Amino acid sequence: MDYSNFLIMNHEISLVVVLIITLLADLIIGGNKKVFQYLALGLFTIHTVLGFTQWGSVGDETSFGGMYITSDIHSFVKNFLNLGTIFVFLFGFEWNKTENQKHCGEFYFLTLSTLLGMYLMISSGNFLLFYIGLETASIPMAALVAFNKKERESAEAAAKYVLTAAFSSGVMLFGISLIYGTCGSLYFDEVLVNFFDSPLHIMATIFFIAGLGFKISLVPFHLWTADTYQGAPTAVTAYLSVISKGSAAFALMCILVKAFSNYPDVWQSFLWWIIVITITIGNLFAIRQENLKRFLAFSSISQAGYVILGVYTGTAQGMATVVFYLFIYMFTNLAAFGVISSIENKTGRLNMDDYNGLYSTNPKLAFVMMLAMFSLGGIPIFAGFFSKFFIFAAAMREGETLLVFIALLNTVISLFYYLKVVKAMFIKTSENPIENFKSDNMTRIGLFICTLGILVLGLISPIYEYINGISFGF
Amino acid sequence: MEFLNLAPLVLALPFAMFLIIGLFGYKMCPKFAGILGTSVFALTSIVCYGIAIQYFVANYGMEYPKEVLFNFDWLHITENLVISIGFLLDPISATMLIVISTVSLMVHIYSLGYMHGEDGFQRYYAVLSLFSFAMLGLVVATNIFQMYIFWELVGVSSFLLISFYFKKPSAVRAAKKAFIVTRFADMFFLIGILIISYYTQTFDFGILTEVIDGQVPIVHETMGGITLGGLSVISIAVFLIFLGGAGKSAMFPFHIWLPDAMEGPTPASALIHAATMVVAGVYLVARLFPVYSFEAPEVLEVIAYIGAFTSIFSAIIACAQTDIKRVLAFSTISQIAYMMVALGVSGFGGEEGLGYTASMWHLFTHAMFKALLFMGAGAIIHAVHSNEMDAMGNLRKKLPITHATFLIACLAIAGIPPFSGFFSKDEIIVAAFEANKWVFAVEYIVAGLTAFYMFRLYFRIFWFGEPDNGFEHEPHEAPSTMTIPLIVLAAITVITGICWAFGILQFSQFVSSDSLGYAIETHWSIALLSIMAGLIGICVAYFLYFKKTGRPNTVVSYIKRPYLWAYNRFYIDEIYLFITNNIIFKRICEPIAWFDRHIIDGFMNLLAWFTNSASEGTKEVQDGNVQSYAWVYIMGVIVITLVSILNYL
Repeated sequence: MDYSNFLIMNHEISLVVVLIITLLADLIIGGNKKVFQYLALGLFTIHTVLGFTQWGSVGDETSFGGMYITSDIHSFVKNFLNLGTIFVFLFGFEWNKTENQKHCGEFYFLTLSTLLGMYLMISSGNFLLFYIGLETASIPMAALVAFNKKERESAEAAAKYVLTAAFSSGVMLFGISLIYGTCGSLYFDEVLVNFFDSPLHIMATIFFIAGLGFKISLVPFHLWTADTYQGAPTAVTAYLSVISKGSAAFALMCILVKAFSNYPDVWQSFLWWIIVITITIGNLFAIRQENLKRFLAFSSISQAGYVILGVYTGTAQGMATVVFYLFIYMFTNLAAFGVISSIENKTGRLNMDDYNGLYSTNPKLAFVMMLAMFSLGGIPIFAGFFSKFFIFAAAMREGETLLVFIALLNTVISLFYYLKVVKAMFIKTSENPIENFKSDNMTRIGLFICTLGILVLGLISPIYEYINGISFGF
Repeated sequence: MEFLNLAPLVLALPFAMFLIIGLFGYKMCPKFAGILGTSVFALTSIVCYGIAIQYFVANYGMEYPKEVLFNFDWLHITENLVISIGFLLDPISATMLIVISTVSLMVHIYSLGYMHGEDGFQRYYAVLSLFSFAMLGLVVATNIFQMYIFWELVGVSSFLLISFYFKKPSAVRAAKKAFIVTRFADMFFLIGILIISYYTQTFDFGILTEVIDGQVPIVHETMGGITLGGLSVISIAVFLIFLGGAGKSAMFPFHIWLPDAMEGPTPASALIHAATMVVAGVYLVARLFPVYSFEAPEVLEVIAYIGAFTSIFSAIIACAQTDIKRVLAFSTISQIAYMMVALGVSGFGGEEGLGYTASMWHLFTHAMFKALLFMGAGAIIHAVHSNEMDAMGNLRKKLPITHATFLIACLAIAGIPPFSGFFSKDEIIVAAFEANKWVFAVEYIVAGLTAFYMFRLYFRIFWFGEPDNGFEHEPHEAPSTMTIPLIVLAAITVITGICWAFGILQFSQFVSSDSLGYAIETHWSIALLSIMAGLIGICVAYFLYFKKTGRPNTVVSYIKRPYLWAYNRFYIDEIYLFITNNIIFKRICEPIAWFDRHIIDGFMNLLAWFTNSASEGTKEVQDGNVQSYAWVYIMGVIVITLVSILNYL
């Protein structure tokens, strides 16, 4: 075996090192959770920074006979997943210090394990490696969802997650076995050549995409989302809604381009419908939600629809818009979760009504939340506007006028419920508003960076240009 | 030191100051915020001066090149539709760098004294920085779209400064008026940009204004011969662009916002509404001058007529105003119209392009002495706490420095040698004389009127006699932060004038329509005529206002009706109000509003009702049972598969 193959797996190796040190440190440091948290966060930050340097960009490489693929865009996606994970750690810092003190070590270890799984999912060149990555990302996730052990809701959420995950894995494996049976290989490049538009192949593709659709929460594979998001600890919900979903969407795009691009009609015809119902159903449900975590769950379903709109095009420009969208979405959605988690940590309140009059007591938090809502709704000049704009532009270029029109109509509906949150905070008054409090420093750092991202990322065009330059498609 | 490499700082420093003072200003002590803003702007000014001087020295005597110091693609929308932000250096942008940095720096310093103790002092400096950033970005724009972006930013910061005293309803009204009127004009500018870029497929000034063999090839080849409703598309486009410029530069009939804009703090008026922003329109026409000159000379002629009309119209109004800032405002309109006239009568190349040189020249001198006049007016208002002439009089002993500098500025604007204004104004009149006798006649009369109303102002403030009710309290000279800028600007007015009188550093050696320096000779016959006009104006003012007599009232009683018309600014504002209220609002907007309220809103409510019921109806699927989730999941897969396969078959 040629061990030099490992040399291009910089990101994975570095993450495994961090992972192992974290695990050992938890055993050795034991009681002193504060030092442990700083250590874990510090190590992971170093890993992230390294990823952005020259060391992290390996260039276009394949190894292990095409099992593992990497390129600049893969590195970029891994980097921003790292960045998002840092934000999740920052927002969860306080929670880990107080409520979750006992199992703080496991939290870091499990989160990083799922991240490793996502790395493999993204970089896979073979359905088998992809499946291993997917499961590595899913199973520890179930444990994470169940982290608030004493709460019934958390356990219920985990049960729903793990059952649906198992179910979807089964469906997906069936799809993969059909592919193997007909193409005789699990390598993407060989599937690409041997793939035709026969009914069996169509069925295989649909089963495969349904399995991934669970992770991205596409309608009709989305039903677990709301219950799981609501029951899971907020840090985990944030992680699920951004990192897990982002990596799955990107992986889907890679596979569609790499393995199924000879007959795009096969998947484009039904993805068209999935996009429409995902965006619409997500929106329709979001309107009625009172619990903010549930609300963001449905909002994230509808956002996933927009992402898939970019995936659907299958072009290099489409990939650039998908990555850019996910990048912006990470900042925006995590800003919203940051606000929610800091309020939940201090007061335990989660309902939309609880936020009435927030502006008068906590103006800064209300301001950040407003920016996040504006950006999610796609109001110019915030970053979310540009990411939506580019997605729509990419789809328009492929001639998908009707699809873009439906998506645009849905943005109008989505504005309604995003602005409902803003209205609650700024216009409504409350007898019993959330009291003024000072968030912990970690949350403040995280929120500050997210806010900055929302405000400036859309305006700095070199970022999009860079992504556009390294994307691929068919 | 290579200043050209520091070009990004010119934009970065003021913008950084805007962010820092704007975001954290409320935590700073006001004095610190002011000094921080001023000192950083002083640095910016040094860079601006360095760039301009190095540029002129390096290319003196040769053809001045258009240098692009940096230019990065900001938005890359399609192959051709690229919006860049860059830094273009050519004679006119270098001149503007000097003008803007000088006046803005003086205003920064002056405001330390003038705005002392005001609420929102930090906010004032933040917006001042934003304005400086926007104005500098506008003049160095490498492409017309960048110019448009900064053009709007300039409008926004002007809005913020006019409404600085936002508790005063009149200030809020004035700010709204300024914003709406200029924005309305900007719409034409945008349409003009779109037409030009649609045909030429470029925004870039370098390409748009390249002259080869007496034509502008890109415009000529892509747009030549295309007509719309009998007019050539080129003419329509450049005329629309001119309308945008007319809005910012307060040309008739868009002039109505400028007098009201005087509600803002006086130093802001000096910077924005006298020296820099209001000349943006002139700068815009100058920037695209080759296109006007070669491809649409008829538009240039229209510009000359509009300019001539505006200049005499506002000069007449200025003679009858009693609020000193309004006199200066109308004088500004009239002087900017002068610059427009100069462009309008100008040809291209060498002596032919005298008007072009004269226009930029007058822009330069006018910026200096008009800022000086405004700041002097600020010092006077500071002393007597009123804008009205009736509260002033006999102030020369009490405000000696203000008096001396104000007199210099008045002599300069009246066109008396050797002050700077004489040279630039004289060249405009010469250019008009050679191109169009009618325009010349009008400008000649305006020169006399200018001298009259400026010296009416001067005598009325500094001589005349103390006001009837005495002063509220004893007026005293302003603090040194306010007098130093006055002295600096007065010195510039005198020294540049003397230099030019001896033929040193002639302006035409630097700025000309074809970027080749040339020497101009003073046409003494016309110069003497215009000096005479100025002197006559001064004499009339002396006769009427030197001492407190009944003479002004006697004169007014002879020309009662015209005086009232001029006093009420020819009722242009009333006409506007009539048109907007009675025609646009009543006849057009109300029916549309009805349609909107009943038909459009009704339709939207229907949609909302539909969405709501759909949301209610699908709620049942999400019942919380994981079994039913799995059921939906697998049914989803099966249905999709069946439909896809059937579809395929």
